[in-house]
Amino acid sequence: MVEPRRLHTEEMVLNVGPQHPSTHGVLRLEVILDGELVVDVIPHIGYLHRCFEKHAEHMTYPQVIPYVDRMDYIAAMSGEHGYVTAVERMMNIEVPEKVEYIRVLFAELQRIASHSIAIGTYGLDAGAFTPFLYLFRDRETILEMFEKTCGARFLYNYMWIGGLSHDLHPDVLPMCREFVKQSRATHKEINNLLTFNHIFMERTAGIGVLDPQVAINGGASGPMLRACGVKWDVRKNDPYSIYDRFDFDVAVGSSEYATLGDSFNRHWVRMQEWEQSLNIIEQILEQYPINDTTDVQSAIPKRIKPDGEIYSRTETPRGELGFYIVGKGDVKPWRVKPRSPAFSNLSLLPLISRGYLIADLIVILGSIDIVLGEIDR
Amino acid sequence: MTHSEIIVLLRSRFGDAIGQWHDMSSDNAYQRQMGSYLDVTEPGVIQKLAFFLRDEKGLEFNNLILLSTLDNSDGSLSVVYHVESTQYQHELTFKVTLPRDNAKVPTVCTVWSHANWHEREAWDMMGIRFEGHPDHRRILLEEDYPGHPLRKDFREPDFYHGMKVPY
Repeated sequence: MVEPRRLHTEEMVLNVGPQHPSTHGVLRLEVILDGELVVDVIPHIGYLHRCFEKHAEHMTYPQVIPYVDRMDYIAAMSGEHGYVTAVERMMNIEVPEKVEYIRVLFAELQRIASHSIAIGTYGLDAGAFTPFLYLFRDRETILEMFEKTCGARFLYNYMWIGGLSHDLHPDVLPMCREFVKQSRATHKEINNLLTFNHIFMERTAGIGVLDPQVAINGGASGPMLRACGVKWDVRKNDPYSIYDRFDFDVAVGSSEYATLGDSFNRHWVRMQEWEQSLNIIEQILEQYPINDTTDVQSAIPKRIKPDGEIYSRTETPRGELGFYIVGKGDVKPWRVKPRSPAFSNLSLLPLISRGYLIADLIVILGSIDIVLGEIDR
Repeated sequence: MTHSEIIVLLRSRFGDAIGQWHDMSSDNAYQRQMGSYLDVTEPGVIQKLAFFLRDEKGLEFNNLILLSTLDNSDGSLSVVYHVESTQYQHELTFKVTLPRDNAKVPTVCTVWSHANWHEREAWDMMGIRFEGHPDHRRILLEEDYPGHPLRKDFREPDFYHGMKVPY
């Protein structure tokens, strides 16, 4: 028998980014390749570093909120919600019920808007263009609701410590009812167009598999963790705001369609979460205190000088956003340290992309759903 | 386990290395707010403590939520560890204080791999050395950046690579 001659291979280094559409921002990946196989990936971050933590030390507590907006700019409402909750817990402020309803409503709308981008751009990464356009059409309705209420479409400065900048616009609730109907239809459509599309499934299933124990040890959170089958959601496990009043399921990955913890399941969890957010919004529309005329700014404290420290966390579309805040009884915080979920999730990229093809690397990166504004802060 | 049980267990195992427990949760409406913390007086014990917290039956702190740093402005820096157990749903915060001119602490990224990037960030921003870290580079700033900007006494350089720094 003739023994096949060993092929001589050589490793090469390929730079992906920092200016490349598939890196979802200014991320540079140093990819070490053996032919088309990925041997190692070294992410280089920091291209969008804007000194959030240093700036925060020179601002008063309310002035930090616009900076938080610019961290996770795809889901600015969720970021604000996390920050104001942290300061309110620190100062022990009770927020009016109506304000809590509006906050949860907007946080969930924002989750749908953010997942729309995540799912749409993920389709782009895998070569499907149409779902992206459908999803952006729906996202437009959400941005319109935000615009009517607070004037801004993208970076809101809407949630304030103890309250909100504006009351809910009267058009929003009817618009919301329409939107839920429309969005459920789109959800079905996207499932047909993208999720259960044979090409898409072949492209994502079994790619970038993450083990649940490794995921927890590596600090994964949000859809990245839940895709591994771990039922962990801050909204359920450490409830904040009024999330304990709503009935919703924690979406987890399933081995029905693909391997647990792979790229397909990360997408599948986002699809399910979209549906759960719609369920929450429907319950808010039922429960919303429509005759409540409380001023949304009534609980805003005159002096914001908290003392002590806190770690408070919330569930944003990307995972667990925590704020570690240390105050020394001054108008300016001594230290604001965010635990940004995308930062922790991205640190697992080398681990889950070794041994796959270079084309799969793009699919894996897309499935993590990173926002560089939040990674670099 | 409650905090007091955990601390009794840690004191029996690590003795004097476990310092004071700062309880902040007494008059707060939220049950699980993480504002209380434990002082660890001896930096050298951190890695052993981390392994103990992760592996001891009944504790099983399998998730390092956040590793952050503080400049206390009194000649010392702190490293703060927030850990939790996803199985038992209990959490603990512990803090180790280091001298500013020789800030060194053993790495915990062998215990929780999540610590890897956070420790790099702590070195980058606060200038704390993590002994035994496998990839001890800066993470957000460039390799040749002068100083560690989150220290309270940091002054921006007037010139960087021959270019005038604005503001």
